Amino acid sequence: MKPFVFASLCGVLCATATGQVPFERIVNADKEPGSWLTYSRNYQGQRFSPLTEITTANVNNLKVKWAVQFPDSQNEVSPIVADDIMYVTGPNSAAALDIHTGRTLWSWKRPVPPDYHNIGFGRVNRGAAVLDDKLYVATLDCYLVALDLKSGAERWIAKVADYKLGYSMTVAPLAIAGKVAVGVSGGEAGIRGFVDAYDAKTGKQAWRFWTIPGPGEPGHDTWSGESWKTGGGSTWVTGAYDPELNLVYWGVGNPSPDWNGDVRPGDNLYTCSLVALDGDSGHLRWYFQFTPHDTHDWDSAHVPVLFDAKIDGRNRKLIANANRNAFYYVLDRVTGEFLAGQPYAKQTWARGLDVKGRPIPASVSVPTEKGALVWPNLNGATVWFSPSYSPQTGLFYVAVREIGSVYFKRDTEYKAGTFYPGGGEDELPADDAWGEIRALDGKTGDVRWEFKLHSPPWAGVLSTAGGLVFSGSDEGNFYALDAGTGKPLWDFQTGGTVAANSISFTVDGHQRIAISADRVLYVFGL
Amino acid sequence: MRARTIILIVLGGLIVPQILIASRSELSFSQTNSTTPDATAGKRLFERHCALCHGIDGKGGRGPSLHRAHLVHAPDDAALKSLIGDGIPPKMPGAWFLSDEDVANLAAYVRSLSKIPSDPLPGDPVRGESVYAKSGCAGCHIIAGSGFGYGPELTDIGERRSPPYIQQAVVKPAASLPEDFLLVRAIAASGQAVEGIRVNEDTFWIQIKDAKGQFHSLRKQDLKELRKLRGESPMPSYDGILKSSELDDLVAYLASQRGKQ
Repeated sequence: MKPFVFASLCGVLCATATGQVPFERIVNADKEPGSWLTYSRNYQGQRFSPLTEITTANVNNLKVKWAVQFPDSQNEVSPIVADDIMYVTGPNSAAALDIHTGRTLWSWKRPVPPDYHNIGFGRVNRGAAVLDDKLYVATLDCYLVALDLKSGAERWIAKVADYKLGYSMTVAPLAIAGKVAVGVSGGEAGIRGFVDAYDAKTGKQAWRFWTIPGPGEPGHDTWSGESWKTGGGSTWVTGAYDPELNLVYWGVGNPSPDWNGDVRPGDNLYTCSLVALDGDSGHLRWYFQFTPHDTHDWDSAHVPVLFDAKIDGRNRKLIANANRNAFYYVLDRVTGEFLAGQPYAKQTWARGLDVKGRPIPASVSVPTEKGALVWPNLNGATVWFSPSYSPQTGLFYVAVREIGSVYFKRDTEYKAGTFYPGGGEDELPADDAWGEIRALDGKTGDVRWEFKLHSPPWAGVLSTAGGLVFSGSDEGNFYALDAGTGKPLWDFQTGGTVAANSISFTVDGHQRIAISADRVLYVFGL
Repeated sequence: MRARTIILIVLGGLIVPQILIASRSELSFSQTNSTTPDATAGKRLFERHCALCHGIDGKGGRGPSLHRAHLVHAPDDAALKSLIGDGIPPKMPGAWFLSDEDVANLAAYVRSLSKIPSDPLPGDPVRGESVYAKSGCAGCHIIAGSGFGYGPELTDIGERRSPPYIQQAVVKPAASLPEDFLLVRAIAASGQAVEGIRVNEDTFWIQIKDAKGQFHSLRKQDLKELRKLRGESPMPSYDGILKSSELDDLVAYLASQRGKQ
């Protein structure tokens, strides 16, 4: 276990010299596998742990080492672990926990305004970002808050948007060199979405990228009339980053209103797209739209996953996305060029993808007055919870929701700060729905194995160099599968719905796995 | 298990139903303006969002009739408004997406229903109690502490279900199964079979209650077969067994079961 001790020591020394978590430590995340310094552990969005103590041979001996109860229910947090401290968040709250025991070292809370309404989602927070000596937390009422890592004291607060217009924030920020990027929720309230970056030291806005282009901007002609002003395009799931290309990759949500596209003819750029933004300026480098003119609420709100692989004899820098619309996509992350794509779950809305990756719509695909049965349902074949990519197996692991819905279209009127749906769905009964963990060939999307779940899941996937895949279920199971075959090797009943992403880190050189289940965060080890 | 959501009780993309249910309890649905609620506007909302369970006219269906002065879960207007927003997990979804004004209008309409008297039932509840006793219902159901707990308790069945629904449940039990009800048959590797009501299930385990009230907790990977007997009920149909008047009396008796007062 010497390498871990060394890594930890290095962390302390680095902290003394240049602040506790400088940008370079996050870039070089693989040099300290015992830490978890950014939402997906590395900038590549892989949610893969290089730790190898827990393996397919011994995972059956996993036990609870400690647990901590949160003040709020239904936690979706993915913790940060740096220098023997775990940082967790909840709705408008954050805390630092002792990594040996889970005991609180400091906590911070900001009141939720009494007139705040969450429109279309729960009161959750999915995690924090760390950079230098600060922890960055986004709040439901749309503030980005920088906290002192040592005390939890507020260093600065930046107002990102006005919650009274339907904006909100549940996202874990993404800290890059000198800046903190965040996105917003509100796709069901007719917001105009954006990705923002703030100066990490001062909280001053560094740049903003509007996901719905304004008059005169490229893509504006994919909207009609005034519809762009209330066009949605939320950005509620943490992006990924390529430090060499200095590109921030971020998924964009559904157009508004969700289910009635009549008021917004056109492709509705950049909704349901992946955008690549210059890290310094926020300028758009390229985009790829997965679902043009979406009418099913299929946000492309996913963690983009970056990896390099040889395709047709050529080394390519890739970006992959298992989309809510049930297709898996592989793109060139330098140019956005479409390289491969195919369904990874049941879908009935498209006949396939054309050579450029644009969907070819099926005859029954859009919501109607009487209702149209379409797979997947509005929550999609997968959604915000993280996939995982293992460089060891070359497999992309995704938690899949197999469920269809009858989609309806209705008239709707925009009223600022209220629900702006244009329809809805009647989802198929629970016994007609199920879940899967699917392992896809990262380069092609071919299914290598699958493991069936009792119901459509709401939890992300972690893969490890110990040859394991961890995930959770709505019914409270937290479990480990063989990363090569999908065979179940271990499971534990947490007693609460698992609706979060798992992480792995070390305590005194020994590997731990952490997962939130409703009100409790569990930490497991051998 | 998730309850089937009704039309337009939509989930806005970011979250699954049970999380919404949990989160809704934090929402404030207090009325902030002082204008008089509009019951006519409330009626339109009711027909769109509530009628699937409570009936187009509020006389009940899968859910209870609202034609009554006393609503068990909503003794006053403030409670009614917060109930509309929060729902009653897991059986009633909350209308979290409605504005304060909409909720006030809807509450006003629901209150107006209480002034409409319920249709009188043809049967006699006193005679119905005898029908209940002689038909062996207590062999599977508990009312007010008496009976056997294999099937659902019926102590407050008159609060939860409308008379037509109760009648259908007696005549065609399999056509009116409660939400998430499932009869299952599990066969162990040894060939031993367990049949009963699924009381819980996850990816790895299933818990079954058999007709003797015995619980069985079974690891799925140890089973040779797990058959889900969808649309089947362990309850026999009383169609043709009870005379028409006896059926009316039994329904009247069950509809009068309003729980512990």
